[in-house]
Amino acid sequence: MKFATPLKNLDRELARFHGRLKVGAVFVALLATVLLARAFYLQIMQHELYIQRAESNRISLVPTAPNRGLILDRSGRILAENYSAYTLELTRAQIDDLEATLAEVGKLIEITPGQLRRFRRLLAESHEFETVPLKSKLTDEEVAILAANRYRLPGVDVKARLFRNYQAGPGMAHVLGFIGRINDRDLKRLRESRREQNYRGSVHIGKTGLEQSYEALLHGRTGFDQMETDASGRAVRMLSRIPPVPGKDLRLHLDAELQAVAEYAFGDYLGGLVALDPNTGGVLALVSKPGFDPNLFVDGIDPETWKSLNESPDRPMVNRVLRGIYPPGSTIKPLMALAGLELGLRKPGDSIVDPGYFSLPNSSHQFRDWKRGGHGVVDLQRSISQSCDTYYYRLAVDMGIDRMHDYLAQFGLGEKTGIDLEGESSGLLPSRDWKQRRWNKPWYPGETVIAGIGQGYHLTTPLQLAVATAMLANGGKRVEPRLVQAVRDPLSHAWQPLPGGARNQVAINPAHLSVVREGMMDVMRPGGTAAASAAGAPYTIAGKTGTAQVVGIKQGARYEASRLAREHRDHALFIAYAPTDNPTIVVAVMVENGGSGSGTAAPIARAVFDYYLTGKRPGNMKLEADDAAD
Amino acid sequence: MPRTSHWILRRLSHLDGILLVLVMVLLGISLAVVASASGQSPARITGHLINIGLALGVMVVIANVPPHLLSKVGPPLYVAGVVLLIGVALFGEIRNGSRRWLNLGFMAFQPSELLKLALPLMLAWYFQRNEGLLRAKHFLAGSALLLVPFLLILRQPDLGTALMIGASGFYLLFFAGLPWKVILGGGILGAASLPVMWGLMHDYQQRRVLTLLDPSSDPLGAGYHIIQSTIAIGSGGLFGKGWTQGTQNQLDFIPERTTDFVFAVFGEEFGYVGAIFLVGLYLAIVARGLVIAARAPTLFGRLMAATLSLNLFTYVFVNMGMVSGILPVVGVPLPLMSYGGTALITLLLGMGILMSVATHRQLNKS
Repeated sequence: MKFATPLKNLDRELARFHGRLKVGAVFVALLATVLLARAFYLQIMQHELYIQRAESNRISLVPTAPNRGLILDRSGRILAENYSAYTLELTRAQIDDLEATLAEVGKLIEITPGQLRRFRRLLAESHEFETVPLKSKLTDEEVAILAANRYRLPGVDVKARLFRNYQAGPGMAHVLGFIGRINDRDLKRLRESRREQNYRGSVHIGKTGLEQSYEALLHGRTGFDQMETDASGRAVRMLSRIPPVPGKDLRLHLDAELQAVAEYAFGDYLGGLVALDPNTGGVLALVSKPGFDPNLFVDGIDPETWKSLNESPDRPMVNRVLRGIYPPGSTIKPLMALAGLELGLRKPGDSIVDPGYFSLPNSSHQFRDWKRGGHGVVDLQRSISQSCDTYYYRLAVDMGIDRMHDYLAQFGLGEKTGIDLEGESSGLLPSRDWKQRRWNKPWYPGETVIAGIGQGYHLTTPLQLAVATAMLANGGKRVEPRLVQAVRDPLSHAWQPLPGGARNQVAINPAHLSVVREGMMDVMRPGGTAAASAAGAPYTIAGKTGTAQVVGIKQGARYEASRLAREHRDHALFIAYAPTDNPTIVVAVMVENGGSGSGTAAPIARAVFDYYLTGKRPGNMKLEADDAAD
Repeated sequence: MPRTSHWILRRLSHLDGILLVLVMVLLGISLAVVASASGQSPARITGHLINIGLALGVMVVIANVPPHLLSKVGPPLYVAGVVLLIGVALFGEIRNGSRRWLNLGFMAFQPSELLKLALPLMLAWYFQRNEGLLRAKHFLAGSALLLVPFLLILRQPDLGTALMIGASGFYLLFFAGLPWKVILGGGILGAASLPVMWGLMHDYQQRRVLTLLDPSSDPLGAGYHIIQSTIAIGSGGLFGKGWTQGTQNQLDFIPERTTDFVFAVFGEEFGYVGAIFLVGLYLAIVARGLVIAARAPTLFGRLMAATLSLNLFTYVFVNMGMVSGILPVVGVPLPLMSYGGTALITLLLGMGILMSVATHRQLNKS
């Protein structure tokens, strides 16, 4: 062993070791500096950011959806109400194998093919993180089965949801409309109107009818619970709470019983009827047949049913009262007569001799009266009661299309009535100006002639006819039809009236108006065109029949309803008000392919008048137990 | 029983007072934080107390074993560890995609744990034997002793543990006098080989590194842990939210919060002031360890004391760095703070070795 070298080495090694210790100490100090610098950055410099993130981790706002307002008829019968039910809902993002999950759920509870189709359609329309209902209104047993198996079905949930029940059925569908699941379009609209936040807890939104037009009142204000939640999203405790404010209840002018009577009176016919209070514009009944079951839409409709509703030739989804546009036909005559008087073109006593046709000067074309051989001597009052076409051919020519347009426009023809429902059609009130703009063609004199009896370019909705008739009944006040008469504040429970609107007041010479009214009363008196429909009524009616052509009748050919297929028959029209001394109800009826106004439309109006004015129901109408009033 | 108490006192004289106080303070803090993190669960607290008791017992026993005896344990422990690692490679159980566990029938354990002390002990024993004669060949042999377990653990695969064990071996070679040019050369070579290493890394290892660089890229997966723990630490602020008042902690947002992520709980509830105090305690232990190393009479004692000190802080750095989002998530507990018996016993065993080195000076000199 060499001693010298190892000893020297020992000293050198010890010195080197002490040097290395210092390097080690510096190294550790460096690491500690890095750690404390990082802690300084997180805890001092970024503290505000992280405290905020910790708070948003901890606190979650849980929206609580408000109860939707109820819809009641004028006497408090519930037309639309809420109920809570359990639904089976799936969240796509939480499910690995959707088909396997669906098969598994199908083994536990019954899922119909329709429910499955509806689910797939809703799934295609929603985002991955949204929950989509597979089956609603689960029975207690189904809820129990699903709850017991939930642990092995991630993404499958049973939730208590509020639903809407429209117990009045298909007859009320066109008035109430329906609510449906909020879709992308609804969301976009809500976002644009900055109402998105208020729908955070909501599943449904009004899609059509009153549910749509009064959405803002019916929905209410969403409440928020500020919850402290743990990492798994479980609520630990409530920090604060803003309670939801329920939606406002709506009370309608509409009488559910009257509505049922009107619907019943239609029998097998399709068409539309609207009854107004001529003084307020309140809608007493609004029937569009056929209807549909609005309950189908609440939870998402399955594609088959939707297709059958949408493609049915009867077009049940179209509200005929608002959107059905037809030539007004003879129902325009009272207004034409009034125009003749007011414009100084006719005097009440003036009369013509009707040969059964009218020809323009220097023309051989004959515009025929509906009555072969004519009505003989006809004054203004008789022209209404007999519905003399020839009288109005001549009056129209004397008046000219522009004056006709301007006068009739005051009665709201060619313009939306402003009813509190969306989707109304404005019809068409023709004029020289309109034809130039629309078709870039001049107006022909022959077009004026047929315009005089409400044919040609004229198009009106039953609602427009009802408003014009209301103006004859109330002396010229153009009311805006209103379904809702009052709203109830959910907190104070006080009803607050929602006043109806009135557009303009047409100044009418009372003497002129009374002649026209007499003519309309004559319609319902023996010898008048609709006398049969007034027989035995304990009140007096003023009315006017009309027909709207469906297929053109050739020059010289006669219209014979019995020879035509039903769908080619004329639409029957009837307008009326009663009682005549102090009118409280106006009715406009359109019966699709009804043939004649007097034959099919007037009896329906009579049934409505009877029930409204005397409480009498149609003879064989089954009495339904009145729904208990609210 | 006066005789018995006298015996105990004499034995206890081998404890280093400064280290003992520092360790006890840290364990006290650990008890408080684990209590808060577990929602003051009596089972957790009792379990922790039992672990602490056991580990302190081990420390006292080891402190009373003279270093020259401890050094003799190195070779057999090292050989046993390597043999077990080979056993793992051949017969080991696969858990979470890597072969780390050896099932002994009555218990499963990770032989890599054993190497955490066995490797420094072996190297220190080897250099002690060749004291005064150290040449290049000794460092080559030392490197080989380091590389065998390192590579075996690396291919389990367990990059985190391999690096930690590699670091302890490297510290020992460094304190033994590994030439600077070798260190620098190795460093440059290592840096150059990083792209190659990246290619050899397993998917999950690459993901961990990527998640570290941008935790928000995987907010619901691996990034969640880092995001939540940095939120916890950052929201603690200067003074913290107070003991048991951390919302990230109490509402379960912090993962593994009694074990690997215990610093997130501490940072949230005690703030930056707490963090400075905690790092200060660790620095004090390291400083005391380096002083013991400087004063140690034997090469074995010097190397062990210095290596154990640096090793301790390396664990502290890797854990805190991971929890505060500057290092990848590797399963390394915070020394003396995290709940967990094995790690605590290993650590206090190391403290025991430090104390043994510190208190057996006179005996060895003679």
